[in-house]
Amino acid sequence: MSGFIAALLWVSLLVFVGFTGAKIRQYWKTPAPLKIPTTPAPVTQTGVVFRMAREVVLFESLFKSNKWIWVFGWMFHLGLLLAFFRHLRYVVSPENFMWPVISNVIVQSFGQYAGFAMVIGLLGLLARRFLVERIRYISSPSDYLMLVMLIVIGVSGLMMSFVTHIDVVQLKMFVMGLFGFDFQSLPESIALIVHLLLVVVLMLIFPFSKLLHAPGVFFSPTRNQVDNPREKRHLAPWAAEKYNDHVDK
Amino acid sequence: MADFETPEIKEFIGIPALQEGSMAHSSPFIAKENHQEALGYPGELVENWQQVALDKMDDLRTRYRSFQVFLDSCVKCGACTDKCHYFLGTSDPKNMPVARQDLLRKVYRRYFTFAGKYFPKLVGAEDLTEEVLDDWYSYFHQCSQCRRCSVFCPYGIDTAEISMAAREIMDVVGKGQKYCNEIIGKVFTIGNNLGLPGKALANVLEGLEEDVEDDTGVAVKFPLDVKGADILLVTPSADFFAEPHIDGLIGYAKVFHETGASWTLSTTASEAGNFGMFIGSYENMRRVSMRIRDAAKELGVKRIIFGECGHAWRIAYSFLNTLCGPFDFLDQRYPIPQHILEYTWGELEKGSLRINKEENDHMTLTFHDSCNVARGSRMGDYPGGQFDYPRNVIKAVCNNYVDMDPKTTKEATFCCGGGGGLLTDDLMEIRVKGVLPRATALKSVVENEGVTHMAAICAICKSQFTKTLPYYGFTMDQIVSVHQLVSEALVMKGSEQEADLDGTDSDDTEE
Ligand code: HEM
Ligand code: SF4
Ligand code: SF4
Repeated sequence: MSGFIAALLWVSLLVFVGFTGAKIRQYWKTPAPLKIPTTPAPVTQTGVVFRMAREVVLFESLFKSNKWIWVFGWMFHLGLLLAFFRHLRYVVSPENFMWPVISNVIVQSFGQYAGFAMVIGLLGLLARRFLVERIRYISSPSDYLMLVMLIVIGVSGLMMSFVTHIDVVQLKMFVMGLFGFDFQSLPESIALIVHLLLVVVLMLIFPFSKLLHAPGVFFSPTRNQVDNPREKRHLAPWAAEKYNDHVDK
Repeated sequence: MADFETPEIKEFIGIPALQEGSMAHSSPFIAKENHQEALGYPGELVENWQQVALDKMDDLRTRYRSFQVFLDSCVKCGACTDKCHYFLGTSDPKNMPVARQDLLRKVYRRYFTFAGKYFPKLVGAEDLTEEVLDDWYSYFHQCSQCRRCSVFCPYGIDTAEISMAAREIMDVVGKGQKYCNEIIGKVFTIGNNLGLPGKALANVLEGLEEDVEDDTGVAVKFPLDVKGADILLVTPSADFFAEPHIDGLIGYAKVFHETGASWTLSTTASEAGNFGMFIGSYENMRRVSMRIRDAAKELGVKRIIFGECGHAWRIAYSFLNTLCGPFDFLDQRYPIPQHILEYTWGELEKGSLRINKEENDHMTLTFHDSCNVARGSRMGDYPGGQFDYPRNVIKAVCNNYVDMDPKTTKEATFCCGGGGGLLTDDLMEIRVKGVLPRATALKSVVENEGVTHMAAICAICKSQFTKTLPYYGFTMDQIVSVHQLVSEALVMKGSEQEADLDGTDSDDTEE
């Protein structure tokens, strides 16, 4: 079982990195031929960095839009982020320069409770999907399943933290072994197997699903463009080639 | 035509319960062969239309980052579902922005994504069938491309971009919209959307000169095709004949006159509007814009100023430089192009215009932010200037001004319901229903704050409001142009109004 899971983790990680990378490359390479920031928009590049930071960190537009979705969505993502940091202790060895950052009390203790925030947020989002007619209308099976999957990941993780308690030292050896190609066995725990298998699924579907919103947001022209079309001529390569003959005239 | 029920206007803008398919019957007239071909599109639905459509979709996603990123990124959070005026007015779920996008996204998923190819049911992917095409035609012509949804989406997904792409796809398979395509054709052959030939235009302008002189005693000129003028004014052709647009045009002319500006209109560029944007066609949008560059060069002007028009200003401000710049032959000390409100507000600030606000005292004004100006452009040199300039000008010429509910103004403004190529009689039902949110906000200030008139800075808004607000009990003359207000209050040197104010004798007899 341990070997099987180790193999799956490797495969899914490669798929995740490779295909998400390809998507990011695609977004990067595709030009935005026209200036379409949703105005009022920043008139400087620095302003755009701040606008994007507010979107990514605070979900600013969502806050303006719908407070319920914002509360649940933000709880979920913040929980996810903290939980992610907390997980780094399995990957990073104590000699690593990152260790003090990861092992400090804040990340480790808040991280532990972040799981609750994450699950509560997800339950809220799932409830809205069922209860609000408009959101039910736009939901596909995959939209529900994705939330259910994340909830199960969160709950199985919390189980291990607060109920069944697994052998953390052995788990760390498994993970370090995974990266050193020196495969170790996993602690025995159903919760852990469920947790890891679903993380495998999560990584596998990431580049092929709406989870692309995470890289996508940074490439959204309505949010990442500087509002300066009068000052600076903006021209996409294909437009320069095909639709710029008046300049030579 | 009017075999539909006007929605009931309530105290507040409420979120309706869904009524599936309630607007499925709404579709505009299909473009005829000659309308299509003038724009370089096939005259009727091509035989292998599915393949052509998919090829176009593929082409667009490699050329427009917005299209590719927006198709992938939506998480179906639902934040946009209650933001579209057409949904609020019709209850049809396919008018919720995300559902509108999904009409196209489900096809994108089916043919271009792994999940949609192998698990279509799971991710809501669907084949491109005739019914889907019909749905596209119907619902992508129930989007005014107003971008309200993009303000509220956490990733800024702009349904306008999707509906522009959808319309371009429909054009290349031979299923274009008559209203837009016929009009673009007129611009190419005659010079403006209305098909008003140069002769007729000259007559209109001459008539206006007489009217203004009768009114004020001042010989205000409306110059046409004057070589060597400093300023080329490009304004929507509705300004030449429609009410209240024409009163705005009179306002621009008076302001130019009073500031001693040398200006001209052009017959070949007698249209600020550019429906090339509505059909999502870079090529046609550029071709329409090019007339302005050519006219500016030919007349040898130094500046270009745009009149009151929403989508025209978006294209002028955001795209003109891209489409047909650089404008290195113009005077670089002025913004290129400039909005008439930037010009007028600049002059008001300098104090070069004498204003008698009392002329507008019989009105209490409110202001409708046009969607394309609010969310797709700017005025002045700071973000949000597009909200201040019109308000500053109105307040400088009127004593009574009240804003509508902030949830319906500035970046959150509701579209008038007639933008994006929907301002046609064959779409009357969706237009009447789409104006509901604005009508509700207006009604509230009318009843509670004594507002009597609403000012607008867009030819489409003005036409749409004068036609549809009467369905809700307002009257046509409650809609005014911002420069109409300027025109009323402006006291020109040597005018009868000046004489009246200063108590000096005027040699004319009063009417
Ligand atoms: C740059 C990083 C990210 C940003 C800015 C971001 C932002 C958002 C926002 C604003 C929403 C909509 C509100 C909501 O429903 O929560 C959302 C939804 C969602 N995000 Fe993220 N996200 C990020 C990364 C991730 C990652 C790494 C995951 C991976 C598990 C994820 C999973 C989800 C899911 C599943 C939803 C849909 C929730 C629903 O069904 O209602 N996000 N995200
Ligand atoms: S762009 Fe405007 S009309 Fe179109 S879906 Fe969005 S809110 Fe509705
Ligand atoms: S707000 Fe944006 S991400 Fe959310 S459902 Fe609408 S389009 Fe999709």
